[in-house]
Amino acid sequence: MPLLSVDELKVTFQGQGRRASTAVSGVSFDVDEGQVVGLVGESGCGKSVTSLALMGLLPKKGVRVEGRADYRGTDLLSLRPSAMRDLRGTQLAMIFQDPLSSLNPVVPIGVQVTEILSRHRGMRGQAARDEAAALLERVGIPDPTRRLKEYPHQLSGGMRQRALIAMAVACAPRLLIADEPTTALDVTIQAQILELLKELVDQEGTALLMITHDLGVVAGLCDDVNVLYAGKVVESADRRNLFAEPAHPYAHGLLNSIPRLDAPRGQPLNPVRGSINDQIAWADGCAFAPRCDHYTLECLEGAPELGPLAGAGAPAGHQVRCVNPVRERLETVTLADVGAGDDSPAEPVTQKEETSE
Amino acid sequence: MSLLELNEVKVHFPVKRGVFFDRTVGHVYAVDGVSLTIEAGQTYGLVGESGCGKTTLGRAVLRLNEITSGEVVFDGTDLAALPDEEMRRSRRRLQMVFQDPLGSLNPRQNIESILAEGMAAHGIGANRTERRAKIVEVLERVGLPADALSRYPHEFSGGQRQRIGIARALVLEPDLIICDEPVSALDVSIQAQVINLLEELQESMGLTYLVIAHDLAVVRHISDVIGVMYLGALVEEAPSDLLYAEPRHPYTRALMSAVPVPDPEVEDNRERILLRGDLPSPANPPTGCRFHTRCPWRQAERCDTERPVLTELADGHRVACHYAAEIADGTIQPVRELAERIIPEGESVAVSEKADTGE
Amino acid sequence: MSTKTDKIDRLAALTAQRETTTGGSLWVEAFRRLRSSKMALIGVAIMALFVVIALIGPWIAPHNPTSQLWRDEVFTNRGEFVGPRGENWLGLDHLGRDQLSRMLVGARQTLLVGVISTVLGFVVGALIGGVSGAALAFGGRAGQRLDTVLMRFIDMMLAMPSLLLAVSIAAVMGQSLTTVMIAVGVVQVPIFARLLRGSMLSQANADYVLAARALGVRRRRVVMGHVLPNSLGPVIVQSTLALATAIIEAAALSYLGLGNPDAAQPEWGVMLAQAERFFDEAPFMAICPALGIIVTALGFTLLGESMREALDPKLRS
Repeated sequence: MPLLSVDELKVTFQGQGRRASTAVSGVSFDVDEGQVVGLVGESGCGKSVTSLALMGLLPKKGVRVEGRADYRGTDLLSLRPSAMRDLRGTQLAMIFQDPLSSLNPVVPIGVQVTEILSRHRGMRGQAARDEAAALLERVGIPDPTRRLKEYPHQLSGGMRQRALIAMAVACAPRLLIADEPTTALDVTIQAQILELLKELVDQEGTALLMITHDLGVVAGLCDDVNVLYAGKVVESADRRNLFAEPAHPYAHGLLNSIPRLDAPRGQPLNPVRGSINDQIAWADGCAFAPRCDHYTLECLEGAPELGPLAGAGAPAGHQVRCVNPVRERLETVTLADVGAGDDSPAEPVTQKEETSE
Repeated sequence: MSLLELNEVKVHFPVKRGVFFDRTVGHVYAVDGVSLTIEAGQTYGLVGESGCGKTTLGRAVLRLNEITSGEVVFDGTDLAALPDEEMRRSRRRLQMVFQDPLGSLNPRQNIESILAEGMAAHGIGANRTERRAKIVEVLERVGLPADALSRYPHEFSGGQRQRIGIARALVLEPDLIICDEPVSALDVSIQAQVINLLEELQESMGLTYLVIAHDLAVVRHISDVIGVMYLGALVEEAPSDLLYAEPRHPYTRALMSAVPVPDPEVEDNRERILLRGDLPSPANPPTGCRFHTRCPWRQAERCDTERPVLTELADGHRVACHYAAEIADGTIQPVRELAERIIPEGESVAVSEKADTGE
Repeated sequence: MSTKTDKIDRLAALTAQRETTTGGSLWVEAFRRLRSSKMALIGVAIMALFVVIALIGPWIAPHNPTSQLWRDEVFTNRGEFVGPRGENWLGLDHLGRDQLSRMLVGARQTLLVGVISTVLGFVVGALIGGVSGAALAFGGRAGQRLDTVLMRFIDMMLAMPSLLLAVSIAAVMGQSLTTVMIAVGVVQVPIFARLLRGSMLSQANADYVLAARALGVRRRRVVMGHVLPNSLGPVIVQSTLALATAIIEAAALSYLGLGNPDAAQPEWGVMLAQAERFFDEAPFMAICPALGIIVTALGFTLLGESMREALDPKLRS
């Protein structure tokens, strides 16, 4: 049984007098013990809202949360606020993108860490201070006893994020949710933080739900990856399978569009056309259709289901929400004459796409 | 002759304190002696982490920041020595594209007014009709519909806004465009559109770019030559492919090894150098080699007393490191306290916490 | 059957449904938001009522506000004040004048004091603040000096208690309505100056200002075309709030006896001042002008607050 099982999570925002907008429209995924699961997508895909909903951190007013999120038999979404508060910090913990605004600016780091220790682990006085210093040391903050007396603004960005991680792991949570934890950091510091997270997962067996837009981070860190688009999971797979054979046109397009450090120079990029604003409602069809080079009339008849990838040799657990996934199409395009099928893509898949991977 | 030549450019910001009239109590050495040349039609990429002075340097070229000393020679004229009004006029030929597409557009101006402003300032186009014709032509070039003219910046998506920013530079028909983080504020799927647009425009209009970015992958993709900056100075400069194939400065190596590649196969089998500690403050830079506080290959004495100069190793490959040759042939091995080296088989070298965190 | 055109038509139809309405300029949108805010509507309603009364007050007043029509009634029954009754809806004052008429006619003076002193404060303050902000942001070293001098002057004004400042001005200039207006206006000067300067400095660092400079736009045009228009929002909001304070402050000056020397002329502040002596016996005499001032100030404040919200770019959808 998975540690966390999210089933058809749906989050709708209803402002006063404004039209209701659906930020998350039915997201399901599992996180196993000690596993690193990635939630990848661009701004507006609902990845951050998903994490906030799981932690019970969305405002109560004007927000409707539906669906289930089973954590060891309890539904996180229907938990009373007080029970949720107890769970947060002890069982679940979260790290945010901006470490500076997640820390109280007028309270020394040490007090903020010991506060958690006394609230959730009943530690007091010197014992709490020693444990706090040990925690800071654990996350790679040098000279922890001195750092405990310092205020957040006296620490560098990387150190702040480490302090935040120390606070998150203070009670040895079973599940850590990290929302873009390295986006605000420089790349050499990002590498340090990612390494630290990896270490925590390996040594403590903490499960990690990693929310990011950076496919590079996902490739190095996650076991399973869920790609989100317009509030739905469009592809879900083991990291190797996803990167080797992205089946959803969005995931496929995204991977082909990013410049890679190790790619030879001079090849033009293949961008996904349009923008996130070019979207249709899932009720009308596939939200990605307006940006997709390969949509068919079938794509415009309601939302496609998230189903296992068909075809010979398709890896188990590779799921895709597409009636016409890239994998199958590549086969038909190479087998049949291009142009023979009446639904062949308007612009044929480029040579590079066919030969890549 | 090269289009742009920087000679020992320095930009120091005074740190002021005082009750009635401010007194200078120190300086932030944002750019501290940078020399580089950009050939016409070329793309020069400037990479570095936040606080390395790359943005300040880009702005100094346009004299949006006052230059403390040094020369900025553009097409034979030293911009640093020009009187203000002449500098203003020469900005027609040097344009800039900004990181934040929304923030860099005045929210109260519609697109036509935004694009016409620079033309009016430089007397391009005799009247409104002529300017409008030019604007429509440029809008089409950057892939925006002509009906954009009367709309306002907030009505566009991020990628479209950046296209407006590019169009604003293009209407002046500049020779050099300084792109300061042109894609980092955009969504991943949009970045490629803008990068492709920049490349197309360069080809069709013969533009020269100075691209400033923190994303090494983006810079490598579009640049002919890359300069790596650390704490206000260039530490390495080389043609794009050469820099990737043979990074010679320890910082470049660490930086390159820290960039994640969206491919699990590569990620699992990549040697990584994890630097310890943080960037020192540019207000109080380390003595000698600026990087010596974090350098895993640091040697006693020379590194913390003598500042290395950029010297040419091979054709077009310049490095500012005393021991570049020794590091390359393996005579000098990295010091373990200063970095963790993660070698493919998951065999990582345990290290002690002796590192300098440079606060 | 052409599948391709079918496809395109279908998609076009679906995407068209989601086409958002195109907005206008920033001001147009702010106005639209303002219209849909209840707070703003109430504020505007109160303000409109006040202005209408100020304009037509003398004509709709049932009695002469200065003549002591019921003088005998009040004087014969010493201490017996007449409260609201059929003939005088708001009762009589201590000299036997009709309170309602005095309220209606006094509104004009009150509005005049509020508006003129605020405009005075706004113009002088914005001038000092604007020059100071522009000088500091774009004037180089000389500009910094100019800014320092101007701001220290403003600081000195701020350091003095506002009422004391007004009292000293009134004392120097003698007792008149103009004095009250100038005194109240001068008190507003440092607030407007500081606000506009701060707002301009933050706008001067905005990316679009940098972009305009990079374009080669002339300095004067950068200040007048970019920095100033974008800095005015908070100052305009402040001016509605300042109008409310100006009315209260003018009332306070009148209360202290520094207002219009012709005490017979009705003005809400003067009325409040005169009622104070009889507060125990005739509270209604004080309540009428006090309520008038409070409600009017509230109206301006409501409008100001909702304007602040409407102009906040972060709230734009």
